[in-house]
Amino acid sequence: MNHSQEEISVATKEPLLKIENLKKHFSIKGGGMFNSKRKIVKAVDDVSFHIYKGETLGLVGESGCGKSTLGRNILRLQEPTEGRVFYKDTNILEQNNRELRKLRREIQIIYQDPFGSLNPRFTIGQIIGEMYEIHGIASGPEKEAKVKEMLELVGLDPSRYHSYPHEFSGGQRQRVGIARALALNPEFVVADEPVSALDVSVQSQVINLLMKLKKELGLTMLFIAHGLNVVRHISDRVGVMYLGKLVELSETDNIFDHPAHPYTAALLSTVPEADPKLRKERIVLKGEVPSPANPPSGCRFRTRCPLATELCVQEAPPLKEIRDEHFVACHFPLEKGQSLKEAIELLNKEKIAN
Amino acid sequence: MEVSTNQDYGSKTMTKVKQRKDTLLARLKQNKIAYFSLWFLIILHLIVFLGPFFWTINPEELQEVGSLAGWSLQHPFGTDDLSRDVFARMLHGGRVTLLVGLAAMLFALLIGTLVGACAGYFGKFVESVLMRITEAMMAIPNFFFVLVALTVLGTSPVMVVVVIALCGWMEIARVVYGETLKWKEYEFVEAANASGARSIRILTKYIIPQIIPSIIVSGTLTIAAAILTESAISYLGLGIQPPTPTWGNMLQNSQQYIWTAPVLGILPGAAITIVVLAYNFLGDGLRDALDPKYVKK
Repeated sequence: MNHSQEEISVATKEPLLKIENLKKHFSIKGGGMFNSKRKIVKAVDDVSFHIYKGETLGLVGESGCGKSTLGRNILRLQEPTEGRVFYKDTNILEQNNRELRKLRREIQIIYQDPFGSLNPRFTIGQIIGEMYEIHGIASGPEKEAKVKEMLELVGLDPSRYHSYPHEFSGGQRQRVGIARALALNPEFVVADEPVSALDVSVQSQVINLLMKLKKELGLTMLFIAHGLNVVRHISDRVGVMYLGKLVELSETDNIFDHPAHPYTAALLSTVPEADPKLRKERIVLKGEVPSPANPPSGCRFRTRCPLATELCVQEAPPLKEIRDEHFVACHFPLEKGQSLKEAIELLNKEKIAN
Repeated sequence: MEVSTNQDYGSKTMTKVKQRKDTLLARLKQNKIAYFSLWFLIILHLIVFLGPFFWTINPEELQEVGSLAGWSLQHPFGTDDLSRDVFARMLHGGRVTLLVGLAAMLFALLIGTLVGACAGYFGKFVESVLMRITEAMMAIPNFFFVLVALTVLGTSPVMVVVVIALCGWMEIARVVYGETLKWKEYEFVEAANASGARSIRILTKYIIPQIIPSIIVSGTLTIAAAILTESAISYLGLGIQPPTPTWGNMLQNSQQYIWTAPVLGILPGAAITIVVLAYNFLGDGLRDALDPKYVKK
């Protein structure tokens, strides 16, 4: 299914969103009573990429790597520190409040938490109906008809129009969240870990629903997740983030079959296989993710990278295209077909030789 | 790939939110004094507001039995120094006192909610300005403020209400401010923002409805304070002026006769004390009943 999509998106190649040098820095106070020195957390640091029309771009990374922050900043639910986000030809970050509200019809978000993201005092009819009322599209019986149509579309019983969110299960609530996001027929949707809060059996239902809707409605989607399996299933392209930086971006199959960044390779080696006979060589990274308030110099991954050298300490690698449509931010990217283990062995041999 | 319908999973997670509304009264019942206060206040308000339709003696009219008469069937509480019916005056005075309390509370709630919600939601400059004003107002001795304001502005009932409200909204503002800070972080508020809703809509439809329980609690406590303040200023002669009776000015009137006709002072005094106490008990009880974590031992 995603392959047919891939062909379309690769064929059209028309960027719907262009994210350029996006930065989001938070300033935090140092701990302690007398330590008033302010620190800056670079949650998203100089990230640039395009999202093509009609594609699903998966974004993965550990918790705290800035992927959700990135999604929120693209939609300007938080104000980015710096950068540009072009939707079609308008820079979202330069719109005033009125223009932005208008634009919100076309760019939407699906949230992770199906409990916190629905107003507990609204019925689901009101929750979804708000979309039509806010933009003055429909009200009264016309609104109700539209909402019921949406409920049916996401696989909910329209007769539950007057039910409250707490009367639904997590998966059903997530469907309400999806219906709300898609009510105005948006062009672009950020799905911010839409299945992370659900249990596995419900996850697949919601994922399948999203894929179906995306196809039917011709959506473009930024799908944020921390599970690689989920992303592989739904995405046309995948981006990998580490400590606020985009470290690798390519088509899904490229990422999964020929990862070029050591971090991606290490992540992939830890994905559990359904088949117990398929034993993989796991590469467990040393140490913890460094604090984003105090990131390492040069390449941010160097403290945990098995391939790091002096160059990585001094210079941060830029995101560059190493193969066709395969972008990596690494001084020593893996060759096509080369595994991380082989690269480590090669490096050790060179060290001995020197 | 088929999309399964909602039959697959039942609604296992039925909890709290809806039931809380139903059990509010039940939770209040656990606190005997608060529950009793609630009924006492309901009955008292009915008596005071409906009573004058049945007890038709004019509170400002002089009675034939003469001044300071003892109790009789025509005048169960006797008459006062100007030979007016004390029972009628208690009913009508109660009306004024309770109405002033209610009106002042509503007005204070309006200001407090507006200030607190705006400060909490908009943050930054708005927050600093509004919360500094609130703190400055809290620093002014209330009673002094009321006396000065009433001396300058006059003592019409509307002015009394406005002035009492103006010195009673700060606590409410701080409660609403804190709650707004909490609720605005919820994802459904951000979702409303992502839908393109205006700030006004987000505040009135998404944030303030969540705060209503706290506002109700503050409201009951504010009524008690407002009644007390009204009585105090009436006692000092700056409140609502005679001949309109209020419990406060009846109390003031009675001091000369404290030995000859003690009932003139005891009645309004006791009425004020009991009503204020009942409102305070009710407010405390509501606060506990609305707190989902509170479990009575």
